[in-house]
Amino acid sequence: MARMNINFKNRVAVIGAGLTLFRRRMYETTRELAWEAAKQALDNAGLTLRDIDAVVLGTAPDAFDGIHMQGEHMTDAAGGYMKPYTRVFVGGGTGVFAAIAGWWHVASGLFDRVLVVAEEKMSTVRPHPQYVFHHIFDPIMDKPLGVNLIWIFALEMARYMYKYNIKKEDIALVSVKNKRNALDHPAAQVAAKITVEDVLNSEVLVWPVQRLDISPVSDGAAAIVLTNEEYAKQYTDTPVWIEGVGWSLDTTYWTNRDLAFPKYLYYAGKMAYKMAGIDNPRKEIDVAEVYDPFDYKELHHMEGLQLARKGEAPILTREGVTERDGDLPINPSGGLLGVGNPIAAAGLMKVAEIFWQLRKEAGKRQVAKDPVTGLAQAWGDLMQIGTVVIMRV
Amino acid sequence: MKLPGTPYKDVDLKEGRIPYVEDKPDAKYRFSAGIAMSRFLEELKNGRIMGLKCLNCGRIYVPPRTFCSYCFKPTSEWVQVKDTGIVNTAVVSYIAADRGRMDKPLVVAVIELDGASPGMGILHKLGNVDPEDVKNGKIFGKRVRAVWRPEEERTGSITDILYFEPMEGD
Amino acid sequence: MPSDVYIIGVGSTRFSPSTPELSFKELMFEAAVKAYNDAGIDARRDLDAIVSASEDYWEGISIFDEYIPDQLGGVLKPVFTVSGDGLWGVIHAYMLIKTGAFNIVAVEAHSKASDIVDINSIWRMAFDPYVIRPLIDNPHVLAGLEMNIFMENLDVDRDAISLVVSKNRANALNNPIAPYGSDVDPDMVSESRVVSYPLRELDISSYSDGAVVAVLAGETAARDLGIDAPKVKGVGWVSGSSYIEEWDYASPEFVWRAAQMAYSQAGIDDPYDSIDVAFIDDRYSFRELQSIYALGLNDGYSLNELMYNGVIYPDGDLPVNPFGGYLGCGYPLLAGGLLKLYNAMMYLRSAGPDTVESALVMARMEYPSPSAAVVILGW
Repeated sequence: MARMNINFKNRVAVIGAGLTLFRRRMYETTRELAWEAAKQALDNAGLTLRDIDAVVLGTAPDAFDGIHMQGEHMTDAAGGYMKPYTRVFVGGGTGVFAAIAGWWHVASGLFDRVLVVAEEKMSTVRPHPQYVFHHIFDPIMDKPLGVNLIWIFALEMARYMYKYNIKKEDIALVSVKNKRNALDHPAAQVAAKITVEDVLNSEVLVWPVQRLDISPVSDGAAAIVLTNEEYAKQYTDTPVWIEGVGWSLDTTYWTNRDLAFPKYLYYAGKMAYKMAGIDNPRKEIDVAEVYDPFDYKELHHMEGLQLARKGEAPILTREGVTERDGDLPINPSGGLLGVGNPIAAAGLMKVAEIFWQLRKEAGKRQVAKDPVTGLAQAWGDLMQIGTVVIMRV
Repeated sequence: MKLPGTPYKDVDLKEGRIPYVEDKPDAKYRFSAGIAMSRFLEELKNGRIMGLKCLNCGRIYVPPRTFCSYCFKPTSEWVQVKDTGIVNTAVVSYIAADRGRMDKPLVVAVIELDGASPGMGILHKLGNVDPEDVKNGKIFGKRVRAVWRPEEERTGSITDILYFEPMEGD
Repeated sequence: MPSDVYIIGVGSTRFSPSTPELSFKELMFEAAVKAYNDAGIDARRDLDAIVSASEDYWEGISIFDEYIPDQLGGVLKPVFTVSGDGLWGVIHAYMLIKTGAFNIVAVEAHSKASDIVDINSIWRMAFDPYVIRPLIDNPHVLAGLEMNIFMENLDVDRDAISLVVSKNRANALNNPIAPYGSDVDPDMVSESRVVSYPLRELDISSYSDGAVVAVLAGETAARDLGIDAPKVKGVGWVSGSSYIEEWDYASPEFVWRAAQMAYSQAGIDDPYDSIDVAFIDDRYSFRELQSIYALGLNDGYSLNELMYNGVIYPDGDLPVNPFGGYLGCGYPLLAGGLLKLYNAMMYLRSAGPDTVESALVMARMEYPSPSAAVVILGW
């Protein structure tokens, strides 16, 4: 396999992962959720907090919890007490990005063992988490129009459908697949056997977006443990290596963009592929967890990542290529549409899923092919950032 | 595998089985509009939509900004763009910002304004459009024109434009 | 060996109590243009990544990182946000370059404190909602508690603390970007209005608006640009407990630990001997002395003697905040650390390698945060 341009010195491995349940409402506080996930990941890796040199936290907007400087509120809970500890933030892309930040803590040579924790508690805000999203918009251009989050995604989805002549029926297949995959996921919140008709008959929120096109709001947390090569070999026989990372942030002015193609993700993918020495993503990626808060986004993101040509992702989906037993399994976990969407935690859940898939520890979710290279991706902000991690065994 | 976490239902909260403390953020801001957006808002009162042009790459930006997003030079020439344009994408909203149902569906769109660089659109509402024409794709690429609030009612806000509507004969 | 990391350019706006004429984007753009010019780089061609420091509630926009790329030259580049002070951004940029995968990385932080209608109501949102918010509605209460136990445990005089204010406000007179330069008599400080005893009005740094950008580069990039720039000799950052009830208010251990991490990277055994000038936290007057103590920079001196013997004055043995600190430049929220770094760069450049070997820059996140970051610069 071609591996050009691996110009960084320290290889970084994932050696453990952990999750809490993902649910609409959880009794545990943000701190308690983060602690539960961190504990799971450390146990899974066979480490204790004492073995950890630095901690990275990912959590999306403070407004969900109504806690300013949320990262600082979480220090002890995430395991950061008396350690180098930071929170990184790129909106919905944060979950995968936290893993990227963990990567550079180790790849820089500064730390040997790093804990990455991502949590989200969306149920705190009343009356509905959607309300928080009102405050993400430009206060001059967009907010006075009464904009809501689903408007802008619907506008993107509609443009994508228009440009490539894509039918709602084909997009709905993604929701059907992911909710079905999630039936095998122990954290899943909205796993279900549904049909394309169920999606098309669900409540229309902002046409073309209907209720079953969207992932739910959730509480939950996820964590992973990263180490350098030396420690990875000491702790486990099956480390999973992070071989490429990439991210890219597009212009703030979303109404000035080509909404039919996620250029930010194309660039993020290119960066990660280059680092991992991947020339032909469609052939070389065996399994991918792409960000799917909306069903069309799975398709959009496959195209941005060059896992499908422009407008081709719905065809691959219809042909079953993206099923667990297909040639390019996409979201075998069940994704956000099936497992749930505690924003930052959902992104890190995807990294955890690739970790389990490559270790062949995914149980009933295990993909049929023998995967060597996997990809996890998240997306966020004003439809603006792509974050990508490529892993190999 | 049993994962940690204790789910509860909304009814548990309403019936007092989940202890909580209540608090309401008191977060208020006065966002300085700055050089570019102050002029933009001021000119809306006059029924004009203004953009800023980058003299390096020639892009005309709406909404205006004092810097070029793509070549990172200062933009320095004010240009009036037209209040007409084409629909880049459109949707039909049945829900309000707080997720409640709307009484009447609302059509919103990204409109590429004539005179701005290609692809430079703004978000706005569409009026006098049948939601069916959004769903069947007919509205895409259609020419639309701004319907302004009467001059004396304008406040220097994006809502000085009430909505955009299809142009006759198109 | 991983590349050494250099600070090849800095840019700052003038700091000011309010900036109603500019949007936050325009403020950031000004600092970015200055920094990129200073480094001699073309942002669109040369920047490999950008780190921006922000917290949503300070900005008043949720998911604020949506609003950073264009005015920093970062569209479709690897851009991200660190939730905290800009000095943490410098540390992340440093790590990115150390991986070998990045050559030139910019770091940005800004303050638009004047856009916030009631800033204490935002501070309040940072407190634990269960047990602290019902009791405390502004951060100065905690500062008073901290100051009291600090003075008591370390035997620090009120006069020594008042002299910190006089010194820093006077130092700011020589800093063209500082708005609060003044001739403040120590008695004016000691007699100013009590805010939270023993903390008084003039002990508190006033807020300011402004933006700072720094450009970091690895060895090769710095060499290619032909820039003789100060090196980042060591970085350290550590967080203490987020339960404010558990802090050691007199001598914060997390500051000490962050310093030890940075000293060890920089190969510094005797900080007082190795550090020639320090740009450290003075959000509250007493914090300057407290930080010196926690950073191990007081040598054999008592904290009172540092003031009375003139040790930390501009012409002393260890100048501290010689360009005015927060007391003189204003406290620009998350831009604080980068403002100190900017001041340090001005100092290093004007003094030159023969006079100054190492400068220490330190910042804290404020209440309820228990986090400190230390960056050591030098030739």
